[in-house]
Amino acid sequence: MEHILTPKVEEVKLLDRYTAKKPAIGTLYLTATHLIFVETSCNTRKETWMLHHLIATVEKLPLTAMGCPLHISCKNFHVAHFVISSERDCQNVHQSLVRLSQPVEELYAFLYNPKQDEDERRNGWGFIDSAMDFKRMGLPNEFWEMTDLNKNYELCSTYHSELVFGSAKFRSRGRIPTLSYYHKESNAAICRCSQPLSGLSARCVEDEEMLQAISRANPKSTFMYVVDTRPKLNAMANRAAGKGYENEDNYSNICFQFVGIENIHVMRNSLQKLLEVCAMKSPTMSDYLTGLENSGWLRHIKAVMDAGVFLAKAVAEDKASVLVHCSDGWDRTAQVCSLASILLDPFYRTIKGLMVLIEKEWISMGHKFTQRCGHVDGDPKEVSPVFTQFIECLWNLMEQYPCGFEYNEKYLLEIHNHVYSCQFGNFIGNCQREREEILYERTFSVWPFLWENRHQYRNPLHKCSLGREVLRPSTLPLNFKFWCGMYNHFDKGMQPKQSILEHLLTITQKKKIELLPQRAQLFPWRSKMSEEGQSSSEITTEAVKLVA
Amino acid sequence: MEFAELIKTPRVDGVVLRRPFLPTVEGTLCLTGHHLILSSRQDNTEELWLLHANIDAIEKRFVGSLGTIIVKCKDLRVIQLDIPGMEECLNIASSIEVLSTLDSVSLMYPLFYRPMFQVIEDGWKSFLPEDAFKDLESMTEEWRLSDVNKDYSVCSSYPPLVAVPKDVDDDTLRKAAAFRHGGRFPVLSYYHKKNGMVMMRSGQPLTGTNGRRCKEDEKLINATLRAGKRGYIIDTRTVSVAQQAKARGGGFESEANYPQWRRIHKAIERSSILQESLIKLVEACNDQSHSMDRWLSKLEASNWQTHVKEILTSACLAAQCIDREGASVLVHGTEGTDSTLQVTSLAQIILDPACRTIQGFQALVEREWLQAGHPFQQRCSQSAYSNSKPRCEAPVFLLFLDCVWQILRQFPCSFQFSQHFLVLLFEHTYASQFGTFMGNSASERSKLNLSQKTVSLWSWVNRPQEVERLSNPLYEANCLVIWPSVAPQSLLLWEGVFLRWKRSSRCLDEAYDEMVHIIQYNKELQNKVNNLRRQLAQLETEEPLLQTP
Repeated sequence: MEHILTPKVEEVKLLDRYTAKKPAIGTLYLTATHLIFVETSCNTRKETWMLHHLIATVEKLPLTAMGCPLHISCKNFHVAHFVISSERDCQNVHQSLVRLSQPVEELYAFLYNPKQDEDERRNGWGFIDSAMDFKRMGLPNEFWEMTDLNKNYELCSTYHSELVFGSAKFRSRGRIPTLSYYHKESNAAICRCSQPLSGLSARCVEDEEMLQAISRANPKSTFMYVVDTRPKLNAMANRAAGKGYENEDNYSNICFQFVGIENIHVMRNSLQKLLEVCAMKSPTMSDYLTGLENSGWLRHIKAVMDAGVFLAKAVAEDKASVLVHCSDGWDRTAQVCSLASILLDPFYRTIKGLMVLIEKEWISMGHKFTQRCGHVDGDPKEVSPVFTQFIECLWNLMEQYPCGFEYNEKYLLEIHNHVYSCQFGNFIGNCQREREEILYERTFSVWPFLWENRHQYRNPLHKCSLGREVLRPSTLPLNFKFWCGMYNHFDKGMQPKQSILEHLLTITQKKKIELLPQRAQLFPWRSKMSEEGQSSSEITTEAVKLVA
Repeated sequence: MEFAELIKTPRVDGVVLRRPFLPTVEGTLCLTGHHLILSSRQDNTEELWLLHANIDAIEKRFVGSLGTIIVKCKDLRVIQLDIPGMEECLNIASSIEVLSTLDSVSLMYPLFYRPMFQVIEDGWKSFLPEDAFKDLESMTEEWRLSDVNKDYSVCSSYPPLVAVPKDVDDDTLRKAAAFRHGGRFPVLSYYHKKNGMVMMRSGQPLTGTNGRRCKEDEKLINATLRAGKRGYIIDTRTVSVAQQAKARGGGFESEANYPQWRRIHKAIERSSILQESLIKLVEACNDQSHSMDRWLSKLEASNWQTHVKEILTSACLAAQCIDREGASVLVHGTEGTDSTLQVTSLAQIILDPACRTIQGFQALVEREWLQAGHPFQQRCSQSAYSNSKPRCEAPVFLLFLDCVWQILRQFPCSFQFSQHFLVLLFEHTYASQFGTFMGNSASERSKLNLSQKTVSLWSWVNRPQEVERLSNPLYEANCLVIWPSVAPQSLLLWEGVFLRWKRSSRCLDEAYDEMVHIIQYNKELQNKVNNLRRQLAQLETEEPLLQTP
C-alpha cells in the first residue's frame, strides 16, 4: 500500500508504561491492517498487534538520547510507547500510521475476509433476529402488536423497520415511543422514545393518547412512569429550544421522574480525565484516588446503574409501565433500557441473549456508532463512550452476581473491542437504514464469529438455577470499582498474575480434550462423535459403563 | 465469683436482635462473665454468642421505655439489641461496658475456656524455634542458635532462642543489644536458600546526637556478608523521621561506620497514625450516603490504601535486594516490633513458597510476629469504633493481613489457604477463646504460663475439618518467587473485612461454593480417567482382540 513508507524497522524499543523496567527490543512491522511488534530480546516469541483502525492518537515526541519516542494510544485503551533509533524511521512510521488510522478509502470491515463463502456470510447476518425476541416475550398479545409502519423508514429514519407499536411529529427526530421490553409476569412494559417537542407550552393530543394507550396496555396499573434520563437543568434548557419534557398536567396518570445522567460531552471529558489517571507514571495511592474522584467517571457509571435499577424496580415491583427518553433517545435511553432488560430477564444474561439485546436496543434503535466511536474522521464533539459505559455497568453487575451470567469478562471486552475495531459490519453506520444499503452486502457480521468462540466467553460459575430472578444490585458507591481489566487491560503487570477464570475454563475444557483420544480408543468406530463436543461427563459415564 | 458483681441484670426476655443481612431474632438475652448470649430458644434459629472482648463500643438510645443498645464489635460488625424496660437496658449497657473493658489479664476468657474439641496436636508445641532451626541447619552451617536471652534479660521482647551468625559469641550479642532499641540486636529472620542471602531484623541503633558507635554491632552484621559483598539496610522510616529519632537517643547506621551497607529509607507510618487511618476507613465504609464523590474522597482521606501500598512496596524492595541483587538485608524502624515485622514477613511470603501453605503461614506468624515480640495485646485492645483515647492500639497486624490478601488476590492459585484464614486471624487477634495472641511477648506469655493454661489457636486450626475449611481449592504449589504489582490500580479495598457487614455475601458465597464444586468434580473425573486408563492398559495386554469391534 502506498501509505506504508517503511514496512519494517529494526531495533525498536517498547517501553513499559509504568515501571523503569528494561524496555523490550524488537522489530516493528507495518502491514495494510496492523502494526506488529515482534520482541527479539526475550527467548519466547512475543508479539504485540495493534489494528490501525483502533488507533486513536499517534504522537511523535522530540528526539531523546535513547532515540525518537512514538506514543500510540488506541480506542480499546491499549497504549504503547515505542522508541525508534532513527528519527527518519520514526517520522516515516508516524506519517504512515496517521494515514492508516484514518480510513481514507475503506474501513477494515470491507477488507476483512475470514475465508467464508458468500452464503455463510449472508446467513451470518441472519444469526441474530431481534424481532424474534418480541415473540420470546410473548408478543404480539391482546395489548401489543407489531407494525410495519416504518417499513420504508418514513416514520423515523433512525429506527429499525420492524417496530412494536406505532404522532411521530411531536417527538424529536420522529422517534416515537416504541416497545423496548415487555415483562410478561407483570404486563408492565418499558417503552423508549425521544424528548417531546413540548417547548414551554405546546402539546400534542395524539402523543398524549399514545401514552394513555401504553398505560392502558397494562390494565392492572393505574399509572405509568415517564423517566427523563437527563438532569433536570438540561431538560429545562431544552424547553426554551422548543423541546423539553412531558407536562404532568397534560398527561393523565403519569408519574414523571428525572434520573440525572449527564450528556455525551460531560461523559467524553470524564473518560479523558480517567485515562489521564490511568496514564500517570508511578502515581501515589492518593494521586490515583483523587484522580479517580475528580474524573467523575464512577459517579456517571453509578448514575446509569441507578437509572437501570429504577426502571427494573418500577416494572418488577410497582408493576407499572415506563416510558424512557433523554434528548434524542439513542444514548442514555439505550443504556438505561438495556440495563433494565438485563436486570429483569435472565435471557439477556446469556451469551446469545446479550447479542440480541445489543442488536435490539443499540443497533436497530439507531445508536450512532459511527459518530460515538469516531469510526471516520468527523466532529470530535460527537464522540462519546456511551456504549463503553453500558458495558462497564454490566461488568459491575457481574462482579456482584458472579453466578448470574453465562458470559465472562472476556466476552464484554471482545464485544467492546469489535465495536471500535470495525472488523465487522455490525457497528458501522448510525442506523438500520444506512446499514441495509451497503453493509449487509459487503461485510461480515460479528455475532456468528463470537458464537463460534463462545467456549472462551463462558462463565464456568454460571448457574441457570437462578431462574427468572430479577437482579436487585446494590448501588452504594462502595460497590463500584475501577475496571482495571478494561482500562489497563494491556498493562499485564497490573493484572492478577493468575486468573481464576482461566483456571476454571481450562479445567472444565481440559477434560474434554484429554478424553478424546481415550474415547477414540474405546470406540474407534464412533470416533467422529467425540468431535461433536459432548460434555466430558457424558463421555466418562458412558465409558465407565462400557468398561464395567 | 467476681463477675457476678458486675452483672446487674443477667437475663432479659423479649429482646429483639437486628443484624445486617440476617433475619431479626426475638429471644432471651443473657450475660455471662465472658459472653453476651441471645437465644430464641427455638430450633433452627441461630443464636448469638458474642465475646465481651469483641465489643469495641456501645451506644444506647431510648424511645419511651424501649431501649436500644447498638453494639459495635472489633471485627467491625454492628448489631442492635432492642430491650424492653429502661432499667434493664441501662443495667445491661453498663455491664457490657465494664465487662468489655476489663484490664486484668487473669480474667481473660482464654484462661477460662475449655476446648469442646479433641486436641490432636498441641499448637503450643507446633512451632518451636528449635524445630525451625533444624530446617536452617540443613541448608547452612553459618548460623547458630543462641540462648543468650534465655531468661529474657538481654532483650525483653525476644524469645529465649535466636539465630545469629556462628562466628559471633554471646558477649558480642550482649554488647550489640545495649546499642539497639529495646535490646533488639540484629537476628536472623530469613535465609534465602536459592542464593544463601539473608534477611535480618533489629531495633534502631542508639547513635544519639553525637553519633555513638558500637564495634560489636558492626561486627555482628558484617559477619553476615560474603567477602567483598555489600548489604542493604532498609530503614522503614523516612530520612527526616530517622534524623529526628537521634534527638531521642535513637538514630540510624552512618555510612562511615557501616561502609559495607547501603541504607534505603522507606515511609511506613507509625502506629498511632495507622489507628487513625483504620477509624477513618471504617467510618467511610459505614457511610450510607449515595454520593460517589464523597465515598472516594473519604476512602482517599483515610489513607489506608496508601499504607497498604507503602508496606507492600517496602517488602518488595527487601525481597528484590535478596533475590535479584543477591544481597543480604537488615530491616528496622524504631522499635523493630511493627513496620519491621510487616516488611520481613511479607518479603518471606513473596520469596518463600513454604510461607504460602497453611502450616507455613502459621509458622511465619509464630516466628515473625509472636516470637519476634509484636505487642499484640497493646495493639489489638481497641478497634475502629472505640471512643476511649487510643494508647498503643494500631492495626499493624491487620495491615499485614491486608497486604497478604492483596498478594493472594494477584496470585489466587499460589496459596494453600483462602482469605477465610486471614479473616480468622484478624478476628482472633482482637478477641479469642485461644491464648495465642495474649500478651505482648514470649516472656509475658511464659510468665502467664499460657501454654499450660490456655488452648492454642493452632490446635483448633490444624484439625482436618478446619484445615479443609480454610483451604484454597485453587492451590497448586508454586515454587517461584511471586512479585505482586503495587500499582494503585492493582490494590483493592479488602472487601472480606471492610465490606463484610455492609452487603450481603450471598452471591459471592454461592460463587465460591460453585468454584469448589467444579474443582472437586474435576478431580473426581480425573481420577476416573486415570482408572480407565489403567483398565484400558490392562485390557490391551490381556486381550489384544478387544481393540477391534
